[in-house]
Amino acid sequence: MKKILELKNVGLTYQTPKDEINAVSGLSFSVNEGEFVSIIGPSGCGKTTVLSMIAGLIPATGGKIEFLAKKERKDCIGYMLQKDQLFPWRTIEKNILLPLEIKKSLTKERKEYANSLLKKYGLYEFKDNYPSELSGGMRQRVALIRTLVFSPDILLLDEPFSAIDYQTRLSVCNDVYSIIKAEHKTAILVTHDISEAISMSDKIVVLTKRPAKVKSEFFPGLSGETPLKRRELPEFSLLFEKIWKELN
Amino acid sequence: MKHESFSVNRIEYLKKRRKNTVTVHVLRIGLLLLALSLWELLAQFNVIDSFITSSPSKIAVTVYKLFAEDSLAYHMGVTLYETMLGFLIAVALGYAVAIMLWWSDTLKRVLEPYIVVLNSLPKIALGPIIIIWCGSGTKAIIFMTVLVSVVVATITMLGGFLATDKNKVLLLRSMGATKVQIMTKLVVPSSVPTFISMLKISIGMAWIGSIMGEYLVSRAGLGYLIVYGGQVFKLDLVMAATVILCVLASLLYGAVALLERKIVK
Repeated sequence: MKKILELKNVGLTYQTPKDEINAVSGLSFSVNEGEFVSIIGPSGCGKTTVLSMIAGLIPATGGKIEFLAKKERKDCIGYMLQKDQLFPWRTIEKNILLPLEIKKSLTKERKEYANSLLKKYGLYEFKDNYPSELSGGMRQRVALIRTLVFSPDILLLDEPFSAIDYQTRLSVCNDVYSIIKAEHKTAILVTHDISEAISMSDKIVVLTKRPAKVKSEFFPGLSGETPLKRRELPEFSLLFEKIWKELN
Repeated sequence: MKHESFSVNRIEYLKKRRKNTVTVHVLRIGLLLLALSLWELLAQFNVIDSFITSSPSKIAVTVYKLFAEDSLAYHMGVTLYETMLGFLIAVALGYAVAIMLWWSDTLKRVLEPYIVVLNSLPKIALGPIIIIWCGSGTKAIIFMTVLVSVVVATITMLGGFLATDKNKVLLLRSMGATKVQIMTKLVVPSSVPTFISMLKISIGMAWIGSIMGEYLVSRAGLGYLIVYGGQVFKLDLVMAATVILCVLASLLYGAVALLERKIVK
């Protein structure tokens, strides 16, 4: 498999008025094309910071982040945040076209592609509705489609399910996973939920406490087709226990 | 929804609610009528001196006289013009300054103490300066109106801009948005509710400014009528102008509220 992203000895020290904080140090891992990678670690270890560095929102102060995709970094990365972050004053259609407006690439083909995504994932009939009229799960799907409209290669998911209630979460998790796989995207998921990581990932990167670096890597390779089915496998709980121990 | 599908409890509840609304309206109007008739009766039977207190009937006659002399529309027009122009300038200026302060954190920090001082300063203290600078005419009144409303307008609007959801800013930045795009796509639309409250506050402040300005310098307008009436001890005129002012102020506030209902769904 081809590598699409590689972090080499990445470090980050940032300044606050009170202190200098060494958040990340000597962090190295790589992501292959089409792979689903999860990053987990003790809370406050800088998981989100790692995503922000990959997205180019915070420049790393040491090491190197290499992209092996052909496009520019801002066009090859789609960022999905905690909560859907849909704009309440825009309709669903206007919401998903937002990245294209920002990138000034709102062509007819792009718009058609956006609409085809809405159709494919059962949201087309809601395109003129406002976000407040949709359920939490649907809004999350809209948020994912918004990330997909400009055809990024890598999706960065920052605990995208943490704001949803458990019941909905399992099914949204399933939806998002199958959409990402159907669109052949590479994904990096930050989560604090071990079972979510196991059920979705090809590879799990466990980080240490601050300053964060890689503690260990796991390759679940579970056979179930969907995250929900994988949760029923006997290997699932074995792996859960292993990672749980690794984290404590 | 069909009426017959309602449960008995629901119908009871709706009835009770409607009854309550009716009661509130009746009491509201009743209170006004009671006060007016008490005032009128006390004046008629000379319990109170209507030379000092005026009376509803005298106020009505005065309003009618002003109307018949064609001076009612004139004075109303003058005050309305000063208030509206001052209000519009203050809103535009306040919005523009708020954008500048949002844009540059350094500028915001530099200007903060000045804004605080300007906000707490009673603007009437600047009356003499304004008269010397702008002369004793409409210009001075509009200047006063702007001065009274603009600081609060700026502070309110800036508060709205700064309350923009940080995560949404992050989302736009991850898409590669420029600062102008963050402003136009996110900060401006998300602060529409603040903009409406800013309009409501500013319209009230503008009335204070224009009437205060007219007290100081004018030869026309409702504020002028009030001051003039006070000086020649024509309480009927003072009361009449005040009543008209009340009506105008509620109409303008109503216009803003209507705008709110149109914009904010």
